[in-house]
Amino acid sequence: MEMYKDILVNTVYLIASFLFIFGIKMLSSPTKARKGNFYSAVGMFLAVVVTLLNEHILTYEYILIGIVIGSAIGSVLALKVEMTAMPQMVGLLNGFGGGASALVGLTEYFQILDPTVTRVEEFTIKMAITIALSIIIGGITFTGSLVAFGKLQGIVSGNVIKFPLQHPLNLLLLVGVFGLMVVGAIYPTDQTIFLVILGISLLLGILLVIPIGGADMPVAISLLNSYSGIAASATGFVIDNNMLIIAGALVGASGIILTNIMCKAMNRSLLNVVMGGWGQNAAAEASSGTKKEVIVKSIDSEEAAMIFSAASSVMVIPGYGMAVAQAQHAVKELMDVLNKKGCDVKFAIHPVAGRMPGHMNILLAESNVPYEKLYALEDINEEFTNTDISLIIGANDVVNPAARNNPASPIYGMPILNADHSKTVIIIKRSMAAGYAGIDNELFYNQNTLMYFGDAKEAINKLNNELKNLS
Amino acid sequence: MEHTDLFMLIYIFALACFVGFELIAKVPPTLHTPLMSGSNAISGITIVGAIIATGIEALNLATILGIVAIIFATTNVVGGYLVTDRMLKMFKKK
Repeated sequence: MEMYKDILVNTVYLIASFLFIFGIKMLSSPTKARKGNFYSAVGMFLAVVVTLLNEHILTYEYILIGIVIGSAIGSVLALKVEMTAMPQMVGLLNGFGGGASALVGLTEYFQILDPTVTRVEEFTIKMAITIALSIIIGGITFTGSLVAFGKLQGIVSGNVIKFPLQHPLNLLLLVGVFGLMVVGAIYPTDQTIFLVILGISLLLGILLVIPIGGADMPVAISLLNSYSGIAASATGFVIDNNMLIIAGALVGASGIILTNIMCKAMNRSLLNVVMGGWGQNAAAEASSGTKKEVIVKSIDSEEAAMIFSAASSVMVIPGYGMAVAQAQHAVKELMDVLNKKGCDVKFAIHPVAGRMPGHMNILLAESNVPYEKLYALEDINEEFTNTDISLIIGANDVVNPAARNNPASPIYGMPILNADHSKTVIIIKRSMAAGYAGIDNELFYNQNTLMYFGDAKEAINKLNNELKNLS
Repeated sequence: MEHTDLFMLIYIFALACFVGFELIAKVPPTLHTPLMSGSNAISGITIVGAIIATGIEALNLATILGIVAIIFATTNVVGGYLVTDRMLKMFKKK
């Protein structure tokens, strides 16, 4: 009987692993993605149900309490969250995943030590090391994600936070925690070692994310996503469960790929991002050296409407400012108004626009912009030369031509959207403040650039009204 | 015996990583946010470990940690899948 149960459990775990893989595979197409996510959820459901059949489980009440509370929190979060707040939501969920892995590692540890269960003979080197890894990776993911959440939510300062000897300290702690892991493998029954490992890991999570600035968040979130997967894999090693290892590895790989895409899109190494962004001094020097008296041309809504009514092709370049102003619905309305006039509207989206990979895409999807109108940088950059108006909404560094032609600029070499190649550039911006990198944007002073100052949502709404009056 | 077991697990980990790289490289940028929240939900698979760890003993420190682990993992799983579904529902063709 036990044997059949074992076969059943393992078969279901295998099926669940397949469903996770199929689910992710189907995410490569917008039409199949929703079904893929559903398959993946079915896999998870089957895995949980069959786990409850485990013959070692004595009591169900605590398990059910946990599942009910967790489901309630998860559902409320998922159904209430605003689309603009998605980066912090994903950050928070990463944290829960990492925290769970660390806790399972700890729980296993205390159970093996428990004299009434007498499992001490199970305490092999493999067990001690995998438990330590589970605690380390899970712990770093937990606090790191909470800090990322705090920064995105505005609870913690989103700026680059630096202090003296920061990097040597982090390095020391990192080396120290892995050193303790080795010591823990030699003296597995010493609880203090494992508790210190937990403490250092939690501290490291905070210290590693604190120096990362707001606009580098896409990288941090992707990286933490990867960690949460690797932490799940580590837990799989602890409890000898292939399904956990496979599922965790898939997530780990996904996070690493996204991290890599984000770094490439900023022309920076991962190390550079993790160490705390563009050197503030370098940026200050680069801009102060070239400061000159220049005049920008500014327009009001009426003038903007005149220009738009004469255009036959418009390229919208959204940035984090669109999310902050919640302007996505106004943008969609502008698209409809222009389409009615026979003007073609497309969206050019830089990989690091916003605060997480794909952030702009979900906002525009929310406001019903068809996804085939959203173009990635490499697919659209040639088209700017044939575009009448590039409309830049709350984006800055990703359209700064200095990345192409000023080797002294900190963002030199970063792939940018060639907005300056279009006939007219209209920039909706609250003020003349520099972008995240703290550098001047020469695009503002170009001959063909017009500044339309104001809050993105209000500005576009006014423009829409003017356009409607014209027709 | 133990070494072969451990290596088996490492093989599985390495191969799953390759599968992950192959699959995810094909996901278009438009779907990167749902990919993240969806894969994030999958990392809540730790719930399986949390269930096993919590249920096998009477209430003690380890069980309490286990219950918290279940709460965390379930939040991750339920929140992750639901929010992904909410986002993917919005992706429409013209």
